[in-house]
Amino acid sequence: MSVAPMRLEDRLPARSGALLWVIAAIGVAIVPHLFNQPVWVVLTTVLALAWRGGVHLGRLPMPSRWILVLLTILMTGLVLGRYGTLFGRDAGVALLVLMTGLKLLETRTYRDAMLVVFLGYFVIITNFFYSQEIPAALYMLVAVFATTAALVRLNAGEGVQPARESFGLAGLMLGQAVPVMIILFLLFPRLPGPLWGMPQDSTTGVTGLSDSMSPGSISELLQSDAPAFRVSFTDEPPAPAQRYWRGPVFAHFDGRTWRAGRETEIDALPLLPDTDGMVTYTLNLEPHERRWLLALDVPVAVPPDARMTEDHYLVADRPVRRLVQYSLASRTDLILEPELSEARRRQALSLPARAAPRAQALAQAWRAQHEEDDTLIQAALRHFNEEPFFYTLSPPRLERDPVDQFLFEARAGFCEHYASAFVVLMRAAGIPARVVTGYQGGEYNRLGNYLLVRQSDAHAWAEVWLEGRGWVRVDPTAAVAPERIEQGIRIALSGDLGAPDFIRRSLDWGMVRLQWELWRDSIDYYWSGWVLAFGPERQEELLERLGLGRLDWRGMITLMVVLIGAVVLVFAAVFLWRNRLPVADPLAVVYRRFCRRLARAGLTRAPHEPPMDFARRIARERPDLAEPVAAFTREYVALRYGAGPDPERFGQLRGLLRRINP
Amino acid sequence: MKALVLDRRRLRERAIAWITRRQLPEGRTLRLHRRCIYILPTRQGYTFALILLVMLLGAINYSNSMAFMLTFLLAALGANAMWHTHRNLLGLRVTRRPAQPVFAGQTAQFVYTVENPSRVTRRGLLLETLDGTPVPFDVGARDETQVTLDLPARRRGVLRPGRLRLHGRYPMGLFRAWSWLHFDESVLVYPKPLPMDQAPPFAGQDEGESRERTDPAGEEFAGVRGYQPGDSPRHLDWKALARTGDLYIKQFGEVSGGQVWLDWDQLPAGDLEIRLSMMCHQVLQAQAQGLRFGLRMPGLELEPDTGEAHQRRCLEYLACFALPADACP
Repeated sequence: MSVAPMRLEDRLPARSGALLWVIAAIGVAIVPHLFNQPVWVVLTTVLALAWRGGVHLGRLPMPSRWILVLLTILMTGLVLGRYGTLFGRDAGVALLVLMTGLKLLETRTYRDAMLVVFLGYFVIITNFFYSQEIPAALYMLVAVFATTAALVRLNAGEGVQPARESFGLAGLMLGQAVPVMIILFLLFPRLPGPLWGMPQDSTTGVTGLSDSMSPGSISELLQSDAPAFRVSFTDEPPAPAQRYWRGPVFAHFDGRTWRAGRETEIDALPLLPDTDGMVTYTLNLEPHERRWLLALDVPVAVPPDARMTEDHYLVADRPVRRLVQYSLASRTDLILEPELSEARRRQALSLPARAAPRAQALAQAWRAQHEEDDTLIQAALRHFNEEPFFYTLSPPRLERDPVDQFLFEARAGFCEHYASAFVVLMRAAGIPARVVTGYQGGEYNRLGNYLLVRQSDAHAWAEVWLEGRGWVRVDPTAAVAPERIEQGIRIALSGDLGAPDFIRRSLDWGMVRLQWELWRDSIDYYWSGWVLAFGPERQEELLERLGLGRLDWRGMITLMVVLIGAVVLVFAAVFLWRNRLPVADPLAVVYRRFCRRLARAGLTRAPHEPPMDFARRIARERPDLAEPVAAFTREYVALRYGAGPDPERFGQLRGLLRRINP
Repeated sequence: MKALVLDRRRLRERAIAWITRRQLPEGRTLRLHRRCIYILPTRQGYTFALILLVMLLGAINYSNSMAFMLTFLLAALGANAMWHTHRNLLGLRVTRRPAQPVFAGQTAQFVYTVENPSRVTRRGLLLETLDGTPVPFDVGARDETQVTLDLPARRRGVLRPGRLRLHGRYPMGLFRAWSWLHFDESVLVYPKPLPMDQAPPFAGQDEGESRERTDPAGEEFAGVRGYQPGDSPRHLDWKALARTGDLYIKQFGEVSGGQVWLDWDQLPAGDLEIRLSMMCHQVLQAQAQGLRFGLRMPGLELEPDTGEAHQRRCLEYLACFALPADACP
C-alpha cells in the first residue's frame, strides 16, 4: 500500500503538542458524564484518550484498523445491551462519548483532529440534557474554554504557541462572542418544542404530584426536598395558614385509589380586581412531566396555553417539561360552584358499595345526631382531634380496606389518609365532597422575596359542598396536627423518626446554614426564572416590557439582525480606533490649523511664504495679532527646525494657537 | 486532458486577474490592506455550521435553555473567528528580495520578508505560488520573517513566480483568509550547461572513461568546434564522433593572441537548445580557466573580455537568445 505524501495543511502540527490539548479538552468535557452514564462508558473513553496520548508521546503504537473496527462493534453492542436501543438521550450520549474516544484513536490528520474538537463541543452540550444548574453551567464554560484553546492551538501552524497565548486568544474570542450570544438568546424566535417525539428517558427522576392518590403516594414526595415551584407575590404573601396550592382534584374513588374526573373546560372565574381577597403573583413551576399547573387556592386567571377545569384546577395544553413561569391571580373569598348540578352532586356523593362499611356506619350515626352539615363536619373533625390519631410519615401498611383500617385500627397516617377518610365519611353522610391535592405552606425567602415550595410540602385536603357557600375547604390534617398547617412540615415532623434526614437535619443547623440556603436558593430562583424558563412566553413578555409590543418572528429576526449589526459596528469602531494610523506630521497639522484660522480673517498665507515672513506681514496688517502670532510662529519654527519631538512643548504650541482669535 | 488542465489554469489566472484588477503589480513592498484580503469558510467551517444546526435542533426539541445558550455562544464564536482570521493577515507588509539567476534544471529561490507591525503574533501563515507547495511561517509581534519559495527553473529565459497567495486559517480553522501578492519580479534562467560529450546520444551510448580535460601537449581545453579540412586528427573529439557521427575538433589553449572566440557557427549543428547549452558550458569553462573569451553569435559579437560582468553578459545573452521579447527583460 503506497502512502501518498500528506499535504502540508493536512498535517497535525507536531511540535506544539496541539493533539495533547485536544485530548485534555475532551477529557474535561466527558468527566461530568460519570454522573449520567455507566462508569465503563467514561472509563473506556478515558483509556482511548490515554492511548492516543501515548501514541503522540511515542510510547505506544497506533491501533490497527482491525482493532478499531472490533472496538466499534463491541462498544455499539455494549450500549445496545445496556439501553436496548441506540437512539434516545442516554444511548445517544453513550455512543457519542465512546465514538469521540475511538475517533481520536484513528486521528492522524488535521482534519480528523478538527472533527474530534467539534465532537467535543457536542459532548459538552449533551451535559445540559442532564443538568442545567449553575454549577453545571460554570463547568461547561470551562470545558468550552479548554476546547476552544485546543482549537486555537491546532490551527496555530508549525510554530510553538505559548500556552498563555492559546488561552488568552480563546478567552478573548469567547468574551467577544458573549454580547451576540445574549442577543441571539433573547431574540432568536423560539418554537415551542418538541420537534419530534420526546424520548421517554429525557427527564429522569422527576418528582411531583401524581394523577391518582392512594395511601402512601404523597408521603413518597416527602422524601424529596427538591423545589416544586417558587412564587413571588405582587403584594404581601398570604398568611401561612392560607398557603394552599391547588393541584389536581380527585372525585372518583374505587375503595383504595382516588382519581380525577374528566377535565371539562370552563370559563375563567370573575376577576373582580378590587376586592380584598385578590392575590396576584408569578409562579415558576419546575418541570414535573404532567399537565397541571399549581395555583394558590382558588385561581381566577388562566395563563396562555392552559385551561381551567370544572374542578377548578389549571391544566396546561402540554406536559410541563421545562421550567415554566406564569403570572396568576387567585381569590380566597370566592364561592365555588354556587349551584351543583344533579349529575355532579351524584358524582360527589358516590362511594363503592362495599367500601369502608364501618366508616359508612359511623357517618350515618353522625348524620342521625346532627341535622346541620356544619355541625356534622365539626363532629368529624373533633373525632380526628380527640380520638388517638397520629400524624406520621411512617404509618403501618394498610391492606384490605384502607379507609376502615386507618380509621379504626391504625389511626396513624399522613395527610392523604386523613383527606381520603374524611371525604369518604362526608360522602357516606350525604355531603358532596372531594379530595384536593397540591402543596401547603412554603418557606419565604426574604432575600429574594419569594416563596419556595418544595416537593416535601405536598399535601392533600378535602372540599365539601355546602348550600349557599359552594365548595369549602376542610383540612382534616389540621385537626390532628395543626402545626403542619401553621408552621410547616419540618416542625410537624420534627419528632418523627420516620422523617427524612433533611427534615431533621435542617432543624439542627443554625442560622448560618439557613442564610446560605437563602442565598443559594435566591440565585437559583433568578437563574431558573430568567435563564432556564426562557421560552416563547418569556420572550413575548420581555419584548412587551421593552415596549416593543407583540413582534412576530420576522420582527424578531429583524431586531436581532439590527442589534447584532450594532454590536459588530461597536467592535469595528473600537478596533479601528485602536489601530488608527498615527498622524504623519502632527506639527504640520497644527500649523495648517493656524493658517486656516487666519485665512478666515482674510489673512491668507501665500504658498511660497515662509512662516516668519508670514508672521511679519500679519504684524504689519493686523498689529493687534502681532504678539500672539509671533509667539506661535517662534515656537513652531523652534519645534520644526530645532528641538525634536517634545510632547510638552507641543502642548504649549497648541496653547499659543488658542490665543490667536482674529 | 492536458489541454483541459492547462485551460483551467489559465481560467483561474484570468479569474484572479479580474478579482485583483485594481491591484497592479507592485514594485518591492506590498501592504495587505483591508480591500485585498478575501475570506471564505473552509470545509471545517461548513462542518462546524452543520454541527451547530444539529445542536440548535436538539435545543429546540428539548426546550433546553442552556443548550440554546451554548449553541448561540458557539455560533457567535464562529462568526468572531471570521474576523480574527481576517485580522491575522491584515496589515502585514511583504517585501521581495532580489533573486539570483540560476541555470535551467536548478531551483530558483524567491525570498520575501514578511513584516508584522502589530502587537500580536501572526500564526499559521502560508505562502505559495499558484501551483507550488506552500511554505509555512509565523511572524512575531513587531518582527519580520524571511520566507523562501523554491521554484524549479525548467527552461532558460525569464522565470516569473506570478501571483503569490498568502493565506491562513488561524485561529479557528473555520475560515481561510487569503490575499494575492503580485510582484513585478522575475529571475533569469541561463541555459543548462552541457559538455559536448554529454550531448543527447543519437547513436549507441558511450560508456567510456571520463573525459580528458587536457591535451597531451599540456594545453588547456578551450572549446569545441566543427571539423574543418586541414585540422589535426589529434584534436578530433572521438567521443563526440561516436555519439553524433559528426567530426568535432577540441580547441586548446591560447588559440589567437591569448583570446578564445566561442563561436556559434563552430558548434555542431543540431537542436538550438542543445547548442545553447553547449555554448553555456563553454562560457563557464572559459571563465573557470580565467581566459579572455569573446562570444560570437548570430547578430552579436561580444569582444573578448574577462570577469564576472562579462560572463554575466554572455550568459544573459544566451538565456534570452531567440526568445520572444516578452519572455525577456
